[in-house]
Amino acid sequence: MEKSGAVAIVGAGIAGIQAALDIANSGFRVYVIEEKPSVGGVMAQLDKTFPTNDCSSCMMGPKLVEMANHPNIEILAYTDVVDITGSPGRFELTLKKKARAIDPEKCVGCGICAAKCPTKVSDEFNIGLNQRKAVYIPYPQAVPLIYTIDKEHCRYFTKGKCRICEKVCKNNAVVFDQPDVMETIQAGAVILSGGFEPFNASLKGEYGHGRFPNVVTSLEYERILSAAGPYQGHIQRLSDGKKPHRIAWIQCVGSREAHFGRPHCSSVCCMYATKQAIITKEHEADIDTTVFYIDMRAHGKGFERFYERAKSQYGVRYIRSLVSRVVPNPEDNTLRLSYAPEGERVRHEEFDMVVLSIGLCPNKTAVDLAKKIGVEVNENGFCITDPLDAVATSRPGIYVCGALQGPKDIPDSVQQGSGAAEKATALLSEVRGTMITERKLPAEKNVAGQAPRIGVFICHCGINIASTVDVKQVAEYAATLPNVTYATNTMFACSTDQQQEIKRLIHEHNLNRVVVASCTPRTHEPLFRDTLREAGLNPYLFELSNIREQDSWVHQGEPEAATQKAKELVRMSVSRARLLEPIYDISYSVKQSGLVIGGGLAGLTAAMAIAEQGYEATLIERTDTLGGNALNLYYTEEGASPALFVQELIHKVESNPLIKVFRQTEISSISGSCGNFTVALSVNGKEQQENHGVIVVATGGEEYKPEEYLYGKNPRVMTQKEFESMLVNDPEKTKKYNRVAMIQCVGSREPDHQYCSRVCCTSAVKNSLKLKELNPSAQISILYRDIRTYGLKETYYTQARQQGVRFFRFEYEQKPKVSAKGDCLEISMLDAGLQLEVNMDADLLVLSAAIRPKAGTKDLSEIMRLPRDEDGFFMEVHPKLRPLDFATAGLFLCGLAQGPKFANEAIAQARGAVSRALTVLSQKEIVSEGVITQVDPRLCRACGECERACPFSAIKVQTVGDRKQAVVTEGLCTGCGACNVACPTGAASLAHFRDNQVHEMLQALCA
Amino acid sequence: MGVKKRYKFMSDAQKPKILAFVCNWCAYAGADLAGVSRMQYPPNVRLIRLMCTGRVNPGFLLKAFTAGADGVLVSG
Repeated sequence: MEKSGAVAIVGAGIAGIQAALDIANSGFRVYVIEEKPSVGGVMAQLDKTFPTNDCSSCMMGPKLVEMANHPNIEILAYTDVVDITGSPGRFELTLKKKARAIDPEKCVGCGICAAKCPTKVSDEFNIGLNQRKAVYIPYPQAVPLIYTIDKEHCRYFTKGKCRICEKVCKNNAVVFDQPDVMETIQAGAVILSGGFEPFNASLKGEYGHGRFPNVVTSLEYERILSAAGPYQGHIQRLSDGKKPHRIAWIQCVGSREAHFGRPHCSSVCCMYATKQAIITKEHEADIDTTVFYIDMRAHGKGFERFYERAKSQYGVRYIRSLVSRVVPNPEDNTLRLSYAPEGERVRHEEFDMVVLSIGLCPNKTAVDLAKKIGVEVNENGFCITDPLDAVATSRPGIYVCGALQGPKDIPDSVQQGSGAAEKATALLSEVRGTMITERKLPAEKNVAGQAPRIGVFICHCGINIASTVDVKQVAEYAATLPNVTYATNTMFACSTDQQQEIKRLIHEHNLNRVVVASCTPRTHEPLFRDTLREAGLNPYLFELSNIREQDSWVHQGEPEAATQKAKELVRMSVSRARLLEPIYDISYSVKQSGLVIGGGLAGLTAAMAIAEQGYEATLIERTDTLGGNALNLYYTEEGASPALFVQELIHKVESNPLIKVFRQTEISSISGSCGNFTVALSVNGKEQQENHGVIVVATGGEEYKPEEYLYGKNPRVMTQKEFESMLVNDPEKTKKYNRVAMIQCVGSREPDHQYCSRVCCTSAVKNSLKLKELNPSAQISILYRDIRTYGLKETYYTQARQQGVRFFRFEYEQKPKVSAKGDCLEISMLDAGLQLEVNMDADLLVLSAAIRPKAGTKDLSEIMRLPRDEDGFFMEVHPKLRPLDFATAGLFLCGLAQGPKFANEAIAQARGAVSRALTVLSQKEIVSEGVITQVDPRLCRACGECERACPFSAIKVQTVGDRKQAVVTEGLCTGCGACNVACPTGAASLAHFRDNQVHEMLQALCA
Repeated sequence: MGVKKRYKFMSDAQKPKILAFVCNWCAYAGADLAGVSRMQYPPNVRLIRLMCTGRVNPGFLLKAFTAGADGVLVSG
């Protein structure tokens, strides 16, 4: 059986999108199947994302555009997967392409149909807070940009009359009798990424969602906050549109509630509520914000700081209490919340608005599909995965990522998306490159020395532009501008037939520059550049003038002024077009091998993954043993053994012919750039050199050695890892300890180490359960600040409580006191919940010590010029969307070096980092964007100002021939232009944005 | 279109020409979103899109003024 070189991804939220891009960029064809009319998932609905508070859709935008334009990604939106048959390497998917009643080939997304459609229906993208038309796109940035007729509400489909959209569509794209189409596709591997759906808040009757207008869900509140939402970002109550002054968030609605069949923690709600409270304060500083919660779960990278900032900087009030009920006051629609603060009686408090932090439930259609195709799901519907391989489902060749595997936030979803991508492509590595399309292009014409012959096309965009701007007048004006050979106006510049027409006109009039005045270059520039290239012109001889988003749409009441502005914008573009030069993307060869730094679980996994993909890897380890921390991780809460796993992995790595392992080896220096790094290694003190295309940093972390609570002074005090080792290696001795106390957050969540170590709560619970197994009568007391058994780990916390493990909460300011007392220990503390002094004796005290970055992290960061965060962990380029990449291209990170995490997360992250690395490794040559700085050696005086200005170390003064000058490393230059500004002589000049090209536009401003 | 101006417009004599240098990734995208959201603003603003406002040379600002701009905005 021959394998298929394609991968099918079912579900196009952020996890599926990341998987699709990684796979398509490493030599495979990708089918992205989405049940909804457009891709983007829930992330597209979010206003901002924690902990950076970046705009959600702005971060997603570039990924959506890349996917829409990718030659090897086919987006099958509005399509259901009916069945999946076959076996790993060759699956067959039966698809039902639902009829949109719109011809996707003809629809250009102009939106005239929606503007004229008389039927308004509730807008599900805005959770019904406003209305959309019966012919619609879910949101403005929708990909694919194709309208869909909502047949349940459309007048023609429900009453047989109307057909207005058909009449107004200038492209005849409306096809009422379009049938659903059944289709089958072949794919070598399948990734399920169906994501989640929010908990139905009305099931919690005591909170009144659906009955009281001012009780909204967190997703509704997200739309309220969004500047692109129904209220343009003005916070208001639904009852009267007035600004609320007191808003309460109620946590764990539909999470940690076994009686609703939702025993799990949803992982994200604590942080999104904190984010919403902060954003609320940023919008309106005088709104009081209160969050009611059980445990504050800030277990991700940067989350603890975010939470502390919410309290100290923004004054968000946190109350640790469940709210028992919400009662409305019908007179003014305020809401009275009843709750019992710790150590106090029930209190009542009025709020103007209540936000319910609703939990994450797996997407029902995705769960149904999983069940149908024999992928096991747990009792709550999440896909069951291998305990140490979080993306492997019960059915070989079918992988899972994102919230369908368990509730998780965006970075975890993105990492898992990359991880699933790596598993899928590893299965298909021998058929890499067999199904990708490569375009055949005509030779490029040489336009050097020719006088500019500019063609100008002014787009009507149906009526989007033409109803405000007099496009004909603008085209006539354009024809009068110097060097304009041809100018016209056109209904849809972007339609397929018009692309052919532009190509024909380029030949007919021998055009050597093209200006299109239409919509935004951010979405449409790639399309027109392709058209130029297909016509034999260099794609950079193109200029787009934005007369829609930045003219007709924002000056709707002023047609004359808008027309005048359009003329001026076209004039500026034409002026710039005269000076445009061809730019050639630079391609260079790639050394198709990877260096992995660090021989722990993550590093070993990464090296193995590179080899499984068919490339050579070198693994270097500072010490003389491989395996790292995992060697002493004897079992996980789910019963797997990382220690055994890593032993086997070491054996596999050492016996793999594609992997070289160097122990007692460190990096002494590094040079080169993405695709071609040269590293000098010190192997047992001897220097040697290696070349690699990519580098994966997996230097790991280590357990903090506590200085508090008598650690090191009393033999009855040990760390959680030491305890685990004793539980496994000497169970007979361990079970004799009848009274065991554990103290959490030792070295974590401290002012100098303001982060949560993520694993300690679960470790404490796991080890408690193990001790209970050995000695059911053991009395175990866990002294904690917040229990952070996030996601599906919550069930183990519940189990521990059911088995009688006692939990006592202490405040940071009132830490427990430990003293030696005869042959045991005495611990005294103030129980924060009961506000009572508690004293206990313990035979053993176990400290949940923090995870710190490995000691050598700082040195390595200096040698490799890698950024670290405030806590000393390596810093990824973007915590949300590129969690596995360093800012320097070709360098990736994973494992504890990036931040505290569980063994299975480190493994998934290592695979994910390799998936990212494959986007380079799998190419013989990589092409870097041509818009980079070039240095004119005649003007350069080697002063080094550029070198100091460059944030990417891309420009350096070097000796060239017999003199010094600045030299640009093409692979590193991002085209930001900072060096151009620093350069005193004008020697450094950014292609496509040269001084004269900008000056010419300025000159045309008031011509 | 019957859309009312949603801003108070100054008299013609006070209509300054404003030039903005904007970053492709944030401010330009923001201006696009303003369009998509149909936010109405005065038509006397012109944007020049750069890949990064790091490219904005102080000379550009001076040049903008000499070319006739009354105000210059750098946003990125």
